[in-house]
Amino acid sequence: MAVANSSQYLEAYADRFADLSEKSDSWLKQQRTEALAQFTATGFPKARDEEWRYTQLSALDKTLFLPAQKSASCAIDVEWLKNYQLADAWSIVLVDGFFSAELSQLDGLPAGVVVSSLAQSLADPKSALLIADKFNQAVNVDENGFVAFNSVYFADGVWVHITAKQILAKPIQIVHVATQASVAINTRSIIVADEQSQVQLIETFVGLEGAYLSVSVAEVFVGQNADVTLYKVQVESEKALHFGGTYVKQARDAKFRHDNFALGALIARSDVHTDLNLASECEFNGFYLGIKRQHSDNHTRINHLKPHGISRELYKGVLDDKARGVFQGRVVVAEDAQKTDSQMNNRNLLLSNDAEADTKPQLEIYADDVKCAHGVTVGQLDEKSIFYLQSRCVDEETARNMLTFAFANEMVDKVKIKSLHDVILGQVLLRFPQEGVNKEWL
Amino acid sequence: MLSIKNLHVSVGDKPILKGINLEIKPGEIHAIMGPNGSGKSTLSHILSGKSGYTVTDGSATYQGKDLLDMAPEIRAREGVFLAFQYPVEIPGVSNVYLLKAALNSIRKHHGQSEVDAMDFLTLVKGKVRLLDMDEKFLYRAVNEGFSGGEKKRNEILQMAILEPKLCILDETDSGLDIDALKIVSEGVNSLRSPDRSFVMVTHYQRLLDYIKPDFVHVLAHGQIVKSGGPELALELEEKGYSWLEDAEASA
Repeated sequence: MAVANSSQYLEAYADRFADLSEKSDSWLKQQRTEALAQFTATGFPKARDEEWRYTQLSALDKTLFLPAQKSASCAIDVEWLKNYQLADAWSIVLVDGFFSAELSQLDGLPAGVVVSSLAQSLADPKSALLIADKFNQAVNVDENGFVAFNSVYFADGVWVHITAKQILAKPIQIVHVATQASVAINTRSIIVADEQSQVQLIETFVGLEGAYLSVSVAEVFVGQNADVTLYKVQVESEKALHFGGTYVKQARDAKFRHDNFALGALIARSDVHTDLNLASECEFNGFYLGIKRQHSDNHTRINHLKPHGISRELYKGVLDDKARGVFQGRVVVAEDAQKTDSQMNNRNLLLSNDAEADTKPQLEIYADDVKCAHGVTVGQLDEKSIFYLQSRCVDEETARNMLTFAFANEMVDKVKIKSLHDVILGQVLLRFPQEGVNKEWL
Repeated sequence: MLSIKNLHVSVGDKPILKGINLEIKPGEIHAIMGPNGSGKSTLSHILSGKSGYTVTDGSATYQGKDLLDMAPEIRAREGVFLAFQYPVEIPGVSNVYLLKAALNSIRKHHGQSEVDAMDFLTLVKGKVRLLDMDEKFLYRAVNEGFSGGEKKRNEILQMAILEPKLCILDETDSGLDIDALKIVSEGVNSLRSPDRSFVMVTHYQRLLDYIKPDFVHVLAHGQIVKSGGPELALELEEKGYSWLEDAEASA
C-alpha cells in the first residue's frame, strides 16, 4: 500500500482544489487558498502536537482516501435509514457528503427559517452573503490540520439559519450517511441562530460499512438570548475514521448545550469548542463507548471570555476489550471573565484489563474571582453498589451489568427528545459489551 | 429461625467477633446494642453476606441451612433482608424496577410465576402510602438524591414488599429525625408477625421506644456480654456501656 502523508493528499487532491476554487466566489476562493497554505505548511496533526498526542493518526499515513463522488442516493435503503432519521424532525440528509433532496424532509419549516444544502446556498447571492459573514468565524484554519483540510476541500454541507425570536416546534436533524468504502467525506455545516431564537439540532453520522474517512466541521453561532441544543450521534461504520469538530460562538446571555454520543468508528476524534460571552451558559454532556479495538478521543474547550458565564460539563466513558478512550477538557477563564462558574467532570469505567482511559482536565484561570471545579475518575464498579443489589436478590453478574448500564444510561437519559432518546438507547444497547442487559432497568 | 453458634469473624488478621452465640425464634425481635467498635455492624454484614470478612470458627444456621455458605442474593431470596445503615445510591436504575426485579427473583426462587404488573403496582402503591412516601420516589433512581430519612423509608418500603422472614436492621435510627423515626418504626411494627423475626442493631435506646424488642443483647469487644429483656436497654441508657465493658474486663 502506498504511503500517503499530507503531501500526497495535496497531490491527489490538486484537481479537486482547482475545480472547487473555480466554482467558488472570490471570498471563498480566498478562504480555500489560505486554508491550502495552512494545510500545506502543517498537514494533518502529528502525535507530537500536545492536543493530538493520544490520537492515532497512522491510518492516514497508510491509506489515501480519495474524495467521495456523488452516488445515487436511491441506493440507500430508506427503511434502514429510518433507524437513524427521526420521523418527528425536519431533516436534511447528506449522502457521502452531498445533499439529497429526495431523502430530506423539510416540508413546513416556518417562514424565514432556512435549512439547506451549503453548496446550493453558496450559489444564491443573498444567502452567500450571510454565509460569507460567518465562514471560519467560529474557528481558524490554524486550529488543526483537519479544519484546514475541510476548509480547502469541502464541496457541500449544510446551511441553517434560524431567524430572530423563532421558536422551533420540531428539532432539525442533519443526517450524514456514508455509503462508500475507501473514500473521504468532507462536509461543512454553518448554523446560525439569531437573537432570542430557540432550536434543537441533531447531527447524526452513520455509515454502511467499510473503512472511510469522515471529516466534518460545524460552526454554530448562538445569538443574544438564543437557546441552542445540539445533539451529536456518531455511529459511523466500525472501520471508519471520524474527525468531527464543532466550534461555537455564543453571544451575551446565549445558551448552548451539546450532547455528544461517540459510539461508532474505529478511530474517532471529536472537538467541541465554545466561546462564552457575557452571562452566557453552556452545558456539555458526552458519552463514549469503546469496544474491541475502538479508539475514541474527545476534546472540549470552553473559553470564558466575559464575566458571569456558566459552564457545566460531564463526559462519561465505558471501555471494554482493547478499547481506548481519551478525554481532554480545557476550560480557559480570561482575565476579564470574573464571576465565572465552571464545573468539569470526566468519569470512566474500565471493563477489561486491556482497556485504557486517558483523561486530562485542564483549567487555565486568569481571573481572580471565579468558581471552578473539576474532577476525574477512572475505575471499576463500586463494590458497595454491587453488594446492595445482591442484598436485594440480584445476582452478582446481573448487578454488574445493571450498574455498568446505569452508568451509561445516565447520559442517555439526559436526551429530551423521545424519538432521539430511543434511537440512542438502541445504538448503545446494540454495542453494549455485556449480554443480558435488560431494557426494563431504565 | 436463626442459630448462631460460637461465631468468630476476622477482617484480615484482626478478630472482630469472638464467639457469638444467639438463638432467634420465629416472631422474636432481638436488639443488639453496643458501643462503637464492638462488632455490631460486622454481625449484620456477615449475616447478609458482605465480602471482606473471614469466618474463622463457628456457624450460623438459618432455617436449617448453612447461612454463611450462601451467596448474598441467595440469602435475600431465602428471606434474609438487610436494611442498610447507609443505603447506596444507584443512579440509572429505577426504584420501582429494582423492587419488581427483587420480588420476581424471590418468586422464581420459590418456583412461583412472575408477579402481574397491575397487581404489583397496586401492592407497591399501598405500601408507599403506608410509609407516607411520595409515589414519585418509585420512578426515581434508587436512593439518588434522597434525604437520609427518605433513604431509610425506602429500605422499609423494600422490606414491606419483599416480606422477608429475617429482617436485619442496621442502625436504622441513625440520621432520622423524630417524625421519620416514627414513620419508619410504624412501618416495621406493621410487619411484625409470628413467623417473621427481627434483629435490630443499634447504638441508642431511642429506636427501642418505638419498636419493642423481646430480647436485648449487649455486644462488647466481639462478644455478647449481657442479655436480658427490654429493661436492659433502659439500664444501658442510664448507665452507658462502660459498666458492662469494665465488668467484662475484670471478669
